[in-house]
Amino acid sequence: MRLKQTLAAIGLAALGTVTLHAAQAQEAQDDPGPAAYAAALKGKRVVLVPMAMGFDLAQGWNAFLKREVEAWGGVYDSRDPNWVTDAGTQALTDLVNSEPKPNVLVVHSPDLQSYSKVLKKAHKEGIYVVLIDNPMNFPADAYVGSDWDRLGQLEAEAAVKGCANSPKKEIGLVQGDAANATSILQYNGIKKVLAKYPDFKIVAEPFSNWDQTQSRTVTATMLQQHPDICAIIDFWDGDAVGAAAAIKEAGKKDQVKLVTTGGGAASACKALEDGTYYAIVMTDVVGESRDLNAIIKYLLQSGQPAGTSKTYIYTLEKATTKEDLRPGLCWSVEDLQAGKF
Amino acid sequence: MTRLLSHLTQEVIVFLLAATLFLAAAIFLPGFMFKDGAFQAGNLIAMVRAVSVLGILAVGMGIVIIGRGIDLSAVAVMAMSVAWYLQMLNSGVPGWQALGWALAGVVAVGLINGFMVAYADVPAIFVTLASSYFVYGFVRSQLIVSDATPAPAGSWILELPNLGLVTSTHIPIDVYAFGAAVFVGFLFLRFTKWGRYIYLMGDNFMAARNMGVPVRPMTVLYYVISALMAFVAGILTTSSIQSMNVRVVNSNMLYDVILVCVIGGIGLSGGKGYMRNVVVGALLIGIMGNAMTIMDFTNVEQNLIKSIILLTAIIIDGLLNPRDEQTAQQGDI
Repeated sequence: MRLKQTLAAIGLAALGTVTLHAAQAQEAQDDPGPAAYAAALKGKRVVLVPMAMGFDLAQGWNAFLKREVEAWGGVYDSRDPNWVTDAGTQALTDLVNSEPKPNVLVVHSPDLQSYSKVLKKAHKEGIYVVLIDNPMNFPADAYVGSDWDRLGQLEAEAAVKGCANSPKKEIGLVQGDAANATSILQYNGIKKVLAKYPDFKIVAEPFSNWDQTQSRTVTATMLQQHPDICAIIDFWDGDAVGAAAAIKEAGKKDQVKLVTTGGGAASACKALEDGTYYAIVMTDVVGESRDLNAIIKYLLQSGQPAGTSKTYIYTLEKATTKEDLRPGLCWSVEDLQAGKF
Repeated sequence: MTRLLSHLTQEVIVFLLAATLFLAAAIFLPGFMFKDGAFQAGNLIAMVRAVSVLGILAVGMGIVIIGRGIDLSAVAVMAMSVAWYLQMLNSGVPGWQALGWALAGVVAVGLINGFMVAYADVPAIFVTLASSYFVYGFVRSQLIVSDATPAPAGSWILELPNLGLVTSTHIPIDVYAFGAAVFVGFLFLRFTKWGRYIYLMGDNFMAARNMGVPVRPMTVLYYVISALMAFVAGILTTSSIQSMNVRVVNSNMLYDVILVCVIGGIGLSGGKGYMRNVVVGALLIGIMGNAMTIMDFTNVEQNLIKSIILLTAIIIDGLLNPRDEQTAQQGDI
């Protein structure tokens, strides 16, 4: 009898343990995360509107976002204004008025102002606006990209370093255009650093309008005017090939250190290796795109109404020189498009 | 005095304007021509060089305008044909074959422009605008992968700049090419019967046709010439930048090409103008651009000043050379 009781007790205990385990397992399966994640994100529409699709950074963001957004069940799309501001405004207006509306607009603005009106409308319609890489005078939900003032400082520091052995400390700038925030802020950053080095002087600061041929022409003129220039800072590697050509044609490749900034595509590493660029402040496009994806997912889950938050996520920037080169540092558009990143 | 004034054609006005600007820059702008009191040729060479590609495009455009047409596809043909050519080279198409394809494409665009204008009687301004968009859109979306297409290492295009530098003067190849284009254009317009036909067509199209000038084939011919000039301009651009960036199609370059022709004195109503007008127009643009670069003007300010100078030239021309009955009948394009 006693044995029977004991056995029953053991049996009950065993059963209890099993049930307990089962209950615990049940609880683990009820993690609310995935369900909430899916509910907030599934079917959400993300549209990228860069200044143009035809350059390295935009191709990087596009490839990365497309893969990520589609992987978390969203709908991804992009528009290509092809450097025309009016076309960009038109694309955004169409998107804001379309049905179904996008939930997040990722906007790469051509200047401080042009898109403000249409983006205000987007906020009114409950669409989140994330600015990528180009700041605007507009309270977007988030800004992801370079701190251009800091980027200018890094360029100036690199130029100062490049000029260490030069007798005359003359620096030339090739600015972008007078309306673009990236150009204005880079300029401010450069000025800040050079204020700390009183022996350095900016001797010329023409504009390239982001055009290679224009960059070559103004650099050639600059080198004629100021033959002792020891460093030139060109505000974008998309046009700095022009400045590089002018330096080479003037026979001053060893004397003039060319500093620029860009998206870090394969051509940038090649230019560092062969000495075309002395230093380039590269944007880590994969890291930046990951930040972008994270903030999009955060906004969609936050329940925060569009237009009420304000977040800045600056990408880590570093002036890269020949010494920093290593395999895999730069990326190729082909690899990105093939999903290799 | 009146007689003297009536000799002031737009060409002369622009030449005087260019000369005045040149003198003013030489005297007041340190480094334009004299540096620390010493003459320096470098800046002047760089100045001419900066407008050489523009000038070559303007030679083609000038011939078309003299024949009473206009080619708005020139910059698109320049950028897209060369970008496609480079893309073929990069993807391993043998050199001659790639060049053949690119040239065939260029000639085809010229032929289509010409046929549409000459045989389908569509106004040139619409035909060439449409072909500009078509060429850009088709090549950008179907044939190349990125805005900028680099020239492959070791390509003959990259060797071109060395041709200019081997001469003792160190004058870049672009300047020689511009000079050659102007000279060939001059020979063509002045000494061949086709050149004379183009003037006749531009002056009075119907009369030229009644005289027996083959106006339709001639129209096709000058659009093909313009397209080929555009290809040459593209190759030269690539030779110094080592790549072709098709963003240039969205820029002001096309307007600058027309500006060079018009400001130099090639009348948009056709039949008027010579290659020397292209040189004068290009030099004026070059002097202004160079001086404004030295003074760190922004692009917006540069465009503003360019437009004021163009307006001034046109207004003075309008005052001194009032429109006569003939231009009133024909109208501008």
